[in-house]
Amino acid sequence: MKGFRKGGIHPPEYKISKKEAIQDMPLPESVVLPLGQHIGAPATPCVQKGDRVLVGQIIGTPNGFVSSYIHSSVSGTVTAIDNQPDVRGLRSPSITIKVEGDQWLETIDRSDALIKNCTLPREAILKKITEAGIVGLGGATFPAHVKLTIPQGKHADVLIINGVECEPFLTADHRLMLEKSEEILIGVDLLCKVLGVDEACIGIENNKPDAIERLSQLSLNYPRIKVVPLRVRYPQGSEKQLIEAISGREVPSGKLPLDVGVVVQNVGTAFAVYEAVQKNKPLFERIVTVTGRSLAHTSNLRVRLGTPISSLIDYCGGLPEDVGKVICGGPMMGRAIANINAPVTKGTSGIVTIREKGAVRKQPQNCIKCAKCVSVCCMGLEPYLISKLARLERFDELEALHVTDCLECGSCSYTCPANLPLLDYIRVGKAEVLRRIRINKTQQNK
Amino acid sequence: MIAVLILCAIGAVAAVLLYVIAQKFRVEEDPRIDDVEKMLPGANCGGCGFPGCRGLADQLVKSEDISSLYCSVGGGDTMKRIAEYLGKTAAEKEPMIAVVRCNGSCDKRPHTNVYNGAPSCKVEAALYGGETGCSYGCLGNGDCVVACKFGAITINPETRLPEVDEEKCTACGSCVTACPKGIIELRKKGIKGRRIYVGCMNQDKGAIARKACLAACIGCGKCAKTCPFEAITLQNNLAYIDAEKCRLCRKCVVECPTGGIREVNFPPRKPAETTSSTGA
Repeated sequence: MKGFRKGGIHPPEYKISKKEAIQDMPLPESVVLPLGQHIGAPATPCVQKGDRVLVGQIIGTPNGFVSSYIHSSVSGTVTAIDNQPDVRGLRSPSITIKVEGDQWLETIDRSDALIKNCTLPREAILKKITEAGIVGLGGATFPAHVKLTIPQGKHADVLIINGVECEPFLTADHRLMLEKSEEILIGVDLLCKVLGVDEACIGIENNKPDAIERLSQLSLNYPRIKVVPLRVRYPQGSEKQLIEAISGREVPSGKLPLDVGVVVQNVGTAFAVYEAVQKNKPLFERIVTVTGRSLAHTSNLRVRLGTPISSLIDYCGGLPEDVGKVICGGPMMGRAIANINAPVTKGTSGIVTIREKGAVRKQPQNCIKCAKCVSVCCMGLEPYLISKLARLERFDELEALHVTDCLECGSCSYTCPANLPLLDYIRVGKAEVLRRIRINKTQQNK
Repeated sequence: MIAVLILCAIGAVAAVLLYVIAQKFRVEEDPRIDDVEKMLPGANCGGCGFPGCRGLADQLVKSEDISSLYCSVGGGDTMKRIAEYLGKTAAEKEPMIAVVRCNGSCDKRPHTNVYNGAPSCKVEAALYGGETGCSYGCLGNGDCVVACKFGAITINPETRLPEVDEEKCTACGSCVTACPKGIIELRKKGIKGRRIYVGCMNQDKGAIARKACLAACIGCGKCAKTCPFEAITLQNNLAYIDAEKCRLCRKCVVECPTGGIREVNFPPRKPAETTSSTGA
């Protein structure tokens, strides 16, 4: 069984909602669509207060190359363009739309019919992907068209599709692979065409045998695509770890997957590409797992972007009484929500309620240098040392210890027997080092 | 016996060698640097921008013009003494003090969630907006307390806000750089320690700011209109009092609808003149 070599952990899986078929979440009364739902510059609004918009209509245009379109997820009237709080409680520019009916743009094909053939040239496909506002749906929300535009002098030969879903609790990708298998494969085929590669590997961890079986069977009709079962290990869904697990190639420090000839996309992204290219449907809804050990009805919901998180929880039986924390994303890399009325965005892969017992951090003790964090770090770093140096603000040493390679997977904090908040400090140190590198670069350019 | 003699011989040779080398590679250092260093407070706080007091002393002796150098810990008197000793003219600066621009005590700023991560403002600020609805206010984890080398800042357990001890604060600026929210500012200490400042950093619109904190600046601009000296400017829904222009008339303090403007060390106000409310 394939897997990445260095480090990693195996937290309890709790894939409670894996048997729940994807349901459509009812339309909310109003949606809040942040203009920065992706990595890169926030979009510029192109509607005004009082405008009537349809489902799928462009309401924000990209602000530069590394940016993305924002589409209306509902039909109705724009009631406000102002700063709205996100899950962190910080305000960012957003468009609020009051829902009136459900009127879609006429160009969108709403039928369930499967469209296999695509005669469009690659430029046209890429243009459709760009205009559909597709970003990496695994959670990182990196604009897809940027990854699919290969710069001069670079070459890709393998496309890797991430169906790993290594985070505990989350089952959105799993359900998508079971229910929309054919669509995903067509989407992957389209991505291959755009990149001009002849090989695509879909990596799936072997705790999803049904998805592996279904996709392997169907992929027999697609000569370019093969399914690779992977050993269950967190954080296999991370780009660099997945590349190593599937192709055996190691992405050097500070380099991109493209430098070893690989492009990685999520299965959710592949499905969005299918819908954008074959059905003309931009990215305005996504699958969100709503789950938790004490939640009444764990579900996988197809949610219009901008729907308040609180309404998702209400739909699934309301906040359980013993809830201590609600997490946006998976429990390992996701963040506790400070504002439960914040909207679902392109990067919201799951909403997890954690019981009070599991939500409280244990009292930290002294580091005994047991090096458990070192052995689980998948990037081969020394978390205990980096964390300490970050605390002491010794940023030059942090840079020398490759703090910028840290992918913030949290394996070190998870495994620390002294309950030290290792990642908390590493994250601060990494941000500061990145800031310093950026300043140095701009000074050199001058 | 022989061993002792050999040892003595080695010792003698080494001593001669050391003396010769020390003479050859002697570093000529201005003896005044030592004297100036002794005059400085010796806190090594780095508030002057140099690594410790010796760094500043070195610079003070070497530079022709020392008007840009200042030790805020020693203050004007120390600088004057050093300048006299060196025969230069010292910069004259008004004594400064750190002020905390947040009014969000527990009773005024309700908590909306609980933070239970690493006890550091920097860590918390990197994660999210904080435990209250105000994402600009004090996080209360005390990074400033740790940063202060003079023990001048303490967190008041009741309000959960930092408080600056006027006697101990030397205006070195360590807390200003430590605060990730940029709440602490160095302001003029003022005559008799009297000063007026806006105790808020919230740049949200009025209604939102008010909802998050009862004592927030709501950007209404009343203070700016009232100020007879044009010392108050309004930017991003937040008022700011220019300490250079402020003449401490206290009109803005009365005018502020949320009580967000703070006055320090003023004598208590005269009770408001009793208006004839009994009516005729």
